Amino acid sequence: MKQQIQFMEIDGGPRFYSLLGAIGLFVLAGLAAAFYMEHNGHYVTGMSNQIVWGTPHVFAVFLIVAASGALNVASISSVFGKTPYKPLARLSGLLAIALLVGGLAVLVLDLGRPDRLIVAMTKYNFKSIFAWNIFLYTGFMAVVGVYLWMMMERRMNRFTTVSGFFAFVWRLILTTGTGSIFGFLVARQAYDSALMAPMFVIMSFSFGLAIFILVLMAACKWSERPLGDAILFRLKNLLGVFIASVLYFVMVYHLTNLYITENHGVERFILLDGGIYTQLFWIVQVLIGSLLPIILLYLPFTGKSRGWIGIACALAILGGLAQMYIIIIGGQAYPLEMFPGKEVISSFFDGGINSYTPSLPEVVLGIGGVAIALAAVFVGIRVLRFLPTSLADELVDPHYSTDKAAA
Amino acid sequence: MTDNAHTDTTRRRFLGGAATAVAGLALAPGVLLHKVAQARPADEPVSSAVRWGMLIDTNKCAKGCSDCVNACAKEHGLTGHGRPQTDAQWIRSVDLRDKQTGYTQTLPLLCQHCEHPPCVDVCPTGASFKRADGIVLVDKHICIGCRYCMMACPYKARSFVHETIDDQLPHSPRGKGTVESCTFCVERVDTGRTPACVEACKAENHNAMIFGDMNDPASEISKQLKKYNSRQIRADLELNTGVRYRGI
Repeated sequence: MKQQIQFMEIDGGPRFYSLLGAIGLFVLAGLAAAFYMEHNGHYVTGMSNQIVWGTPHVFAVFLIVAASGALNVASISSVFGKTPYKPLARLSGLLAIALLVGGLAVLVLDLGRPDRLIVAMTKYNFKSIFAWNIFLYTGFMAVVGVYLWMMMERRMNRFTTVSGFFAFVWRLILTTGTGSIFGFLVARQAYDSALMAPMFVIMSFSFGLAIFILVLMAACKWSERPLGDAILFRLKNLLGVFIASVLYFVMVYHLTNLYITENHGVERFILLDGGIYTQLFWIVQVLIGSLLPIILLYLPFTGKSRGWIGIACALAILGGLAQMYIIIIGGQAYPLEMFPGKEVISSFFDGGINSYTPSLPEVVLGIGGVAIALAAVFVGIRVLRFLPTSLADELVDPHYSTDKAAA
Repeated sequence: MTDNAHTDTTRRRFLGGAATAVAGLALAPGVLLHKVAQARPADEPVSSAVRWGMLIDTNKCAKGCSDCVNACAKEHGLTGHGRPQTDAQWIRSVDLRDKQTGYTQTLPLLCQHCEHPPCVDVCPTGASFKRADGIVLVDKHICIGCRYCMMACPYKARSFVHETIDDQLPHSPRGKGTVESCTFCVERVDTGRTPACVEACKAENHNAMIFGDMNDPASEISKQLKKYNSRQIRADLELNTGVRYRGI
């Protein structure tokens, strides 16, 4: 007879508060950076009339995409009925909401007029995918909130599958919406592709799971709760598949563009002579952020080591941030094609590659968003029962046998 | 007999001429008033019967000429801060050189006032909007500064106000943290005048820019557009721009 999974809040005390305080400092620094940028105006940032979305957007979109992906672990248990994932479903839902809050905070604080948030909440243009996203994002929090309630309130458990299914569909629509922010932009060579939406969905699978594994390992280690190999190895094998899938989509995206003559310029820029963007693509996104973690996750030696699994997750996150940087900033750095076949020169930087250097406040605001997400998770597992007391193999693994343990 | 006949025709001609003149005198004020009436009274809404447009003849644009750009800056108080990366530009002079043939030309680029403006489509709050008469504007009170319109505009026509502005002109409101672009000098158009750039171009005798109602077959711009070939920039997007070019 197997033991039941128990959920328990993590312990408080000085250790908890000192770590929370440390995270809080990053949150404060992010807020201070936002205030500095809003007070002076965006000229103090690296952003300009050429690169209108900068580093804050890289972090914000990354966090929002990762948020929907973090919910996957819960979906695998509720929607696809894989019981080993069930003990992780609550943490998965919490992390999803936390990451979304962090990402949205960065997005809103980078607005030209963040004080007009109420305008964004009361005036809508429903032809805008941005307006749709406002509903998709706030709705996601509500939907996942209800889902968590169904999971955590015993009398409501019977609705877990239904609410989990609803949340799963919602998150697919949400990431489709996020990808379409770029997919619907006809003006720019690097965007304007229906592939953006499904690519963002698969990116969310990868980024969200990488963050989930790291948070799970950190939370279990910090609270000294057992985390068995069975569940961890399942998660890391899945992550390897997701990273490879993202690479596949990236390959199809570039191959399609390479076939279309009018897109040769932008492809040459990203893949061959785009300087920092080319380096980020080949070295950080493809090599360090995709191929290396796949190798680390599947090699017998490194694939069974927790340290290496953690490093692989961190590299996947790094690769994801690089990918976002290339999509968002690289896509703007390449000039608009208004006059095909012509060299274009103007005082407004038409026709040339646009330069952008991230400024400190932008980076600090972005990290502040990550800190908000982490703080929310940390407080969440302290005050409510999100984290199982044990994820040891004998509790989680359906194939666990005492013989195997003895061997 | 012949004399009589001669007298008769002279009288007839005189009477005919006089009648035409009288008819002309009677009708002219009406026709002129009709023209003036297009500058609609302030208490009437703009009408979609009018589609304001601009025709730019790039053959008449001299390289290095910045009369239209300077007029725009003066009209709207667009003083820079010496930071070209972030300073606003509503109209700019663009030099083109054909990569194959080496042919060079210069043209002014501004908001193209599209019939189907991508900036209006993507704006989450509806701050980017198109008036019934085709002028695309930003409502500075609703703009939250998300810059999605700048991502969507195929003409790079918009600027984000990157710093505090303290020299605003009453007829051309601007604000830090909001997006702005060419307004076709809506404050002038609504009182029957032409945009500042067009006026300056004409005043300097370049006559490269014509402004008018593209829906009115009798307007100078309509006649020119009908008579000579013109082009839209990025016509492939089917945005039906309000700004047309000759010579590109």
